[in-house]
Amino acid sequence: MPAVSKGDGMRGLAVFISDIRNCKSKEAEIKRINKELANIRSKFKGDKALDGYSKKKYVCKLLFIFLLGHDIDFGHMEAVNLLSSNRYTEKQIGYLFISVLVNSNSELIRLINNAIKNDLASRNPTFMGLALHCIANVGSREMAEAFAGEIPKILVAGDTMDSVKQSAALCLLRLYRTSPDFVPMGDWTSRVVHLLNDQHLGVVTAATSLITTLAQKNPEEFKTSVSLAVSRLSRIVTSASTDLQDYTYYFVPAPWLSVKLLRLLQCYPPPDAAVRGRLTECLETILNKAQEPPKSKKVQHSNAKNAVLFEAISLIIHHDSEPNLLVRACNQLGQFLQHRETNLRYLALESMCTLASSEFSHEAVKTHIETVINALKTERDVSVRQRAVDLLYAMCDRSNAQQIVAEMLNYLETADYSIREEIVLKVAILAEKYAVDYTWYVDTILNLIRIAGDYVSEEVWYRVIQIVINRDDVQGYAAKTVFEALQAPACHENLVKVGGYILGEFGNLIAGDPRSSPLIQFNLLHSKFHLCSVPTRALLLSTYIKFVNLFPEIKTTIQDVLRSDSQLKNADVELQQRAVEYLRLSTIASTDILATVLEEMPPFPERESSILAKLKKKKGPGTVTDLEDIKKERNSDMNGGTESTPVNASTASTPSPSADLLGLGAAPVTSSAPPPSSTGSLLVDVFSDSASVVAPLAPGSEDNFARFVCKNNGVLFENQLLQIGLKSEFRQNLGRMFIFYGNKTSTQFLNFTPTLICSDELKSNILDLTEPLDMQIAVYALITVCQMHK
Amino acid sequence: MRSAGRPGPAPYLARLSAAQGPGGGAMMRFMLLFSRQGKLRLQKWYLATSDKEKKKMVRELMQVVLARKPKMCSFLEWRDLKVVYKRYASLYFCCAIEGQDNELITLELIHRYVELLDKYFGSVCELDIIFNFEKAYFILDEFLMGGEIQDTSKKSVLKAIEQADLLQEEDESPRSVLEEMGLA
Repeated sequence: MPAVSKGDGMRGLAVFISDIRNCKSKEAEIKRINKELANIRSKFKGDKALDGYSKKKYVCKLLFIFLLGHDIDFGHMEAVNLLSSNRYTEKQIGYLFISVLVNSNSELIRLINNAIKNDLASRNPTFMGLALHCIANVGSREMAEAFAGEIPKILVAGDTMDSVKQSAALCLLRLYRTSPDFVPMGDWTSRVVHLLNDQHLGVVTAATSLITTLAQKNPEEFKTSVSLAVSRLSRIVTSASTDLQDYTYYFVPAPWLSVKLLRLLQCYPPPDAAVRGRLTECLETILNKAQEPPKSKKVQHSNAKNAVLFEAISLIIHHDSEPNLLVRACNQLGQFLQHRETNLRYLALESMCTLASSEFSHEAVKTHIETVINALKTERDVSVRQRAVDLLYAMCDRSNAQQIVAEMLNYLETADYSIREEIVLKVAILAEKYAVDYTWYVDTILNLIRIAGDYVSEEVWYRVIQIVINRDDVQGYAAKTVFEALQAPACHENLVKVGGYILGEFGNLIAGDPRSSPLIQFNLLHSKFHLCSVPTRALLLSTYIKFVNLFPEIKTTIQDVLRSDSQLKNADVELQQRAVEYLRLSTIASTDILATVLEEMPPFPERESSILAKLKKKKGPGTVTDLEDIKKERNSDMNGGTESTPVNASTASTPSPSADLLGLGAAPVTSSAPPPSSTGSLLVDVFSDSASVVAPLAPGSEDNFARFVCKNNGVLFENQLLQIGLKSEFRQNLGRMFIFYGNKTSTQFLNFTPTLICSDELKSNILDLTEPLDMQIAVYALITVCQMHK
Repeated sequence: MRSAGRPGPAPYLARLSAAQGPGGGAMMRFMLLFSRQGKLRLQKWYLATSDKEKKKMVRELMQVVLARKPKMCSFLEWRDLKVVYKRYASLYFCCAIEGQDNELITLELIHRYVELLDKYFGSVCELDIIFNFEKAYFILDEFLMGGEIQDTSKKSVLKAIEQADLLQEEDESPRSVLEEMGLA
């Protein structure tokens, strides 16, 4: 039943609102509003001073009009006047108006601040409440400057009423958020921490909110709050449902306060032993309660209970230190993944993403892969499907990469357009990161182009080309695959770009097969030429000139194309220039020059994937990288392992000049960052002639070493982190050795420095020792060269 | 088919970047109440935003939420925020929170607000909120401040509101009213 005249009716306002609602059209509404505005304007300007009630009514009408969406450019003065009234309702409307229609006129601000100051000093809790609310609602820098010093005093004063304390705490919080520089830490901080022990749970709730935000920037000041928070939480969680009375919400004790306390604890690392024990107990109780039958069928009960549960799981994940709790959390989330309620499935998928990056629970999360894939396929709600994609991305590692990429590609076929680009980027990143067999990588990217070509950004197809260029083993396969893909009747332009480039570089690898002879390749590409945009056509022209070099037998065919008017007189300057210059080049250059100019592309220098950068940019700063960093950190033990346990592989030196064969391949090499004094367990000294040289062989590499007696090339040493290969060349009296260090992990080695150790006699034979090349991410090759006399 | 609205980053990613937000990652940005016809009945903003930007955000978000079907979940991602919404009769209650906020408790926060309105107006309906919009704001202000929940005890919030109403009915200076009530 509409209680129109609840308290003070303001009949005039109700009538006005009715009128507006009865307007049949937008024009009628505007007309009515303008009429009212004129009326109010005249009343405000009028000679007769308005009484409080009328002022209040008109200000309220103005507010209503504003909230309808129309601009209001007067009334502020009248609203400010209302502030100084002694009548509560008038003050209230005045404050509401200025909170909603914030004005930056400095005179008004001065007056408003004055009114607020008076109300704060009035010692009337209702007025103080209004003033604090206004400060919190507006929260401007001017207000912060004026009042930020005052409010902490109100907050911690002994005689402040509970309700005012609550308001003061939250008001201070608001000011801190917008103007932290005006809220310096001081004596009051310890008193605020003490508020956590207050009897009034409302005060505790407000104080917890305040401390949580302050602690993020000033953790030291508030670290004593941790133990207080834990004991408070403990008491709440173990309380019976009748204990907390007012603060029990549908049989859940103080859910808001519990959530806030758990959030406060997430500002700090795991506490020390005594407190930690209590906290663990507490968290276990929360987890246990989740398994008990519910006390009420109402959704409010389960929502409140689960809100606390999810926050507790957040804390467990944040601490990342109790494997037992982590596994339990994971299991609980696993249960929720299959819950009837969509909300819970959504939240479980979301929480599991964070869990996936913890090293303790990564494996546990992976066990749910089938459920997540099923969610991807069957969930009706697109938001939930998106969470499933995110989780698959987070839980992806070498063991399940192929499966996950396949599922994501599958999903891509029917995904919403708005999320396709993101999925494309993610698939591209995963495919590259976890590719063991690069033919799979090439297939995946080509599939991406086929399924969602429009959303495959440049970074993705640049990358596939970079990788194909850098990897000999996949070039032929790539050429063959793009050739086949191009034969589809309607292929995406991005495929033409990739295909054009790859065939231009490596078309020769498949030219032997009559089905992909040079002429067929050319005709295939040229058949798409006219359907493509200018940049693609430019790329194809470059491919054609490369073909002139690769396949002299079709040179005239290509020249005819270049010579045609549509190229030489093309409206686009770039195309015209290319056609003219390439035609000329093909005519006047000798085969040698042509071969030099159009030589195969050298490998690209390794650098950070620009795809990752693009995903970062899409998601906002500090998002994806953090996940990647977390993944890297998880693997950093492996890196650390490299550094701390020396990987020694070496061939021993022998001073004896007669041992030629050994001498040739016998530059001992130690690769390790730590100083030689570190004790490795690798003291198999096979050639113990020279005492000076530390030349132990890594265990298990004796065979490898022995092989080099007869062979020039091969793997000298290998473990799961590192592979060391050797390649040597000898000409007359000179020998040259290349030593390759291959990084077998998916993360970067840090501070990796190989050192060459050899005996003095041998040193004199070394002519040249090249410094290692700069380190890059992923695979890199270091070349140490020493030339020795026989 | 196109889904309404642009999706934002995954919440867990938002969590990781949470420290960048003014609320330190956990803050309510605004609350909106609107009807199925897209009429805005209440808007409360907890972060200073220009009027133009507010109008834009309201338009966009209303479109996204109104396009949702009944069985879908109550949470969605919008821009870089999480949106929690629930429909009560003809009104949608919509809260935008930051990455680290707890969605379920926000859902219950909405419910608590509805309970308060219901108790105050007696079986509240949309008309109540239209004709007594300023009361709706006052109740909200008593309950939330700066985007944070002030008091979670339904009783004490209602008491505060009722006291304010009593003050309205008195013609004398509020000071003596408070003294009568034993509050001063």
